Amino acid sequence: MKEADVQQEPSYLGAPYGLASWLLTKDHKRIAILYLISITIFFAIGGSFAAMIRAELVTPQGDFLTADLYNKVFTLHGVVMIFFFLIPSIPATLGNFFMPIMIGAKDLAFPRINLLSWYIYVVGATLTLAAVIMGGVDTGWTFYTPYSSVSSTTNVTTAALGVFITGFSSILTGFNFIVTVHRMRAPGMTWFRMPLFVWANYATSLVMILGTPVIAITVLLIAAERALHLGIFDPRIGGDPVLFQHLFWFYSHPAVYIMILPGMGVISELVANVSRKQIFGYSFVAFSSLAIAIIGFLVWGHHMFVTGQSIYAGLVFSIITMLVAVPSAVKTFNWTATMYKGAVVWDSPLFWVLGFMGLFLIGGLTGLFLGAMGLDIHLHDTYFVVAHFHYIMVGGGVMAFLGGLHFYWPKMTGRMYSEPLAKVASMLVFFGFNLTFFPQFIVGYMGMPRRYHSYPAEFQVFNVLSTAGATVLGAGYLMILLYLVYSVVKGPKAPMNPWGATGLEWKIQSPPITHNFHETPVVTEEAYDYLHAPAPTREVTHHE
Amino acid sequence: MSSGHHVPSIGMCVRVWLALLVLTGFTIFIASQDLGMLNTPVALLVACTKATLVIVFFMGVKWNTPLTKTVAVSGFVWLLILFFMGMNDYLTRGWLGVAGR
Amino acid sequence: MSNSTNPVSAAKPHPKLQSHFFSMDQQLEASTLGMWVFLVTEVMFFGGLFMAYIVYRNMYPHAWVEASAELNWKLGGLNTGVLICSSITMALAVRAAMMGNRKQQLINIAITSILGATFLVVKFFEYKAKFEHHLVPGPHFDPSLEQGMQIFFSLYFVMTGIHALHMVIGLGIMAYIFIQAWKGTYDAEYFAPVEVSGLYWHFVDIVWIFLFPLLYLLGAHGA
Repeated sequence: MKEADVQQEPSYLGAPYGLASWLLTKDHKRIAILYLISITIFFAIGGSFAAMIRAELVTPQGDFLTADLYNKVFTLHGVVMIFFFLIPSIPATLGNFFMPIMIGAKDLAFPRINLLSWYIYVVGATLTLAAVIMGGVDTGWTFYTPYSSVSSTTNVTTAALGVFITGFSSILTGFNFIVTVHRMRAPGMTWFRMPLFVWANYATSLVMILGTPVIAITVLLIAAERALHLGIFDPRIGGDPVLFQHLFWFYSHPAVYIMILPGMGVISELVANVSRKQIFGYSFVAFSSLAIAIIGFLVWGHHMFVTGQSIYAGLVFSIITMLVAVPSAVKTFNWTATMYKGAVVWDSPLFWVLGFMGLFLIGGLTGLFLGAMGLDIHLHDTYFVVAHFHYIMVGGGVMAFLGGLHFYWPKMTGRMYSEPLAKVASMLVFFGFNLTFFPQFIVGYMGMPRRYHSYPAEFQVFNVLSTAGATVLGAGYLMILLYLVYSVVKGPKAPMNPWGATGLEWKIQSPPITHNFHETPVVTEEAYDYLHAPAPTREVTHHE
Repeated sequence: MSSGHHVPSIGMCVRVWLALLVLTGFTIFIASQDLGMLNTPVALLVACTKATLVIVFFMGVKWNTPLTKTVAVSGFVWLLILFFMGMNDYLTRGWLGVAGR
Repeated sequence: MSNSTNPVSAAKPHPKLQSHFFSMDQQLEASTLGMWVFLVTEVMFFGGLFMAYIVYRNMYPHAWVEASAELNWKLGGLNTGVLICSSITMALAVRAAMMGNRKQQLINIAITSILGATFLVVKFFEYKAKFEHHLVPGPHFDPSLEQGMQIFFSLYFVMTGIHALHMVIGLGIMAYIFIQAWKGTYDAEYFAPVEVSGLYWHFVDIVWIFLFPLLYLLGAHGA
């Protein structure tokens, strides 16, 4: 079967040409690529800090990094990975690229503000890197006061300002998405015909808008306290460190939903495609994204069970934490139901889906253990917590990001990557990830505290396994980087719809033209209409 | 003129302006009276009324789409979540008989 | 550049219609909605400070009253009046833009700006007085004052300081739309920038509407 899969027109990649045309672009697709390059760089930086942590923890003694240096390394690992990789990741790359196309629009509502958001990200990131180069920060990514605001002698102010500035990048992305979804949908694109990826990013945008400003003011207060002696959290003049934690976690808990909701949106797209079936319970999945976004704002105190919060408040937060798991469970059940008796295709996207579902399940369930206040008293600040959030953010978030990156790669770049290598890499990542983080559940349950460069000797074997796993995981990520970059240069050209997927994005050429569509589409199909979807055409151009 | 965009009348603007000034004067006056526990709620009620007048009339929300109205309200509602759930901690310290918590 | 397959309008598009929108109406609605979404972020931004205020007022009620009594409610009240007047002139400026009346736009934007600048000048004098009375938190804060008063003043400076910063930005925005209005950029179809500038200005006024009683009027009747 030959289709006219050679590019018919110059795509957004080539026209217009030149560095200036990229740095001054208003095209959401080019901005997505700019973000992709930036976040990859920061993933590598954050990963280097992770490597240093794991290298230190191979032996029980603190013999590789001093305690002070170790404090800086885990702080910067957290700050870089959370603020400069995970929070932008899917929204700023896949979201920016595909949101307009999926709803039939030519661009986001505010293209210039989109570009501004990338520049703001770059400025904030540069400032934070400056803090790193000037000697780093040692407060933990959580910046708890009064250590961060009064005692620490490291570059807290610079890092706080860097995070403050980058927060605006997040806010502008969210604001753009919200207005776009409300006001730029093509004729016939009703809310319930939109891909679930759009619903997920919309819900994420709500969280960005409502939560990010609070951390903005909070880190600004830290900077003000350090630079101007405006003591808000200083106990010496009556300030309350727990207030800082309330303000910090009011954002930082919903932030974890910023980090997972878009991934869930990607998984919905992939599950429907690999099962070649309508998503089971579409509206339940759509509403569950909104429910997670909203309920997620009501649980932040579960990070503060042992820090001085009242027991009564702890009870309230604990109960609501149990509730917030329900919409996530709804999604997981619905994805499973979709795959059940679906015509499952054993291609690399499926591997990412299965990896996500297994790892997110473990991460989510262990979150329930931690949300139970009585249990959290024993598990707080142990490696159990570290393992829990890595299972969600890396096992869930990063797997979903990589899955989406692979799924949408042919559309974004016009090239196919190596399918066998992708299968191998996804398995390496899955295996390496579990080897890294599962031992941490065990050793955390046994009592090993987090954020220490040394530990009791009886925990060593688990740490050695963990470091071995981290090495495999890193190799898997490196492999992905290499074959994806290679595919752009030497990969076979991709057809318009290699996966035989539904959605407006698969009806335009790969890669798309600058304005996405020649004419604004008029939508008459329901979402995930796989009964009428074309067959995958990947094989046609798939000669290795 | 684009479809149905409401142009505010000068009269409406002046009436709202006067109301805001009167309310300001009132809040200054009532603060000098000792109403005990009621001083704070009254002050907040006046401030909320003034803010509502600005939002509904000066900012034109009265004539905006339901979506815009929802957005306008949502910020304040969200703030209430921060206030209520946060004060839920401070106001319940010691309720359950555990020392210091 | 118009979308020639746009079913909505075949007439010559307005020069200010951006290429990814169908119509000026859609563009206006997107701008207005966008500014409101942004204002929600501003509500939450200031909101964090109001949360701190509530927590500490609950913790140090007496210090709060004592500290509030140190503020000059007459200047605060004057500034409140100034901002309320600037709000009506801003509303009239938006009205003038909707009606395409260039002269009214210029007059009202100018008066709004002058009132905004007046606000900042009064604030400057207030701050100066605080410095002189050792009420600025930090090493020079009057050590004889009750526990909690320094935190009040920290919040006072941060809240009114960030508010003042928003006023300065507002003046910058006023300057921009003044220049555009001078050039006759705005008309009955294209007035979105004036409208969203107005929304921003009114929001800054609303923040002050809450700051004034909460900061200035606690000490008015004594403990």
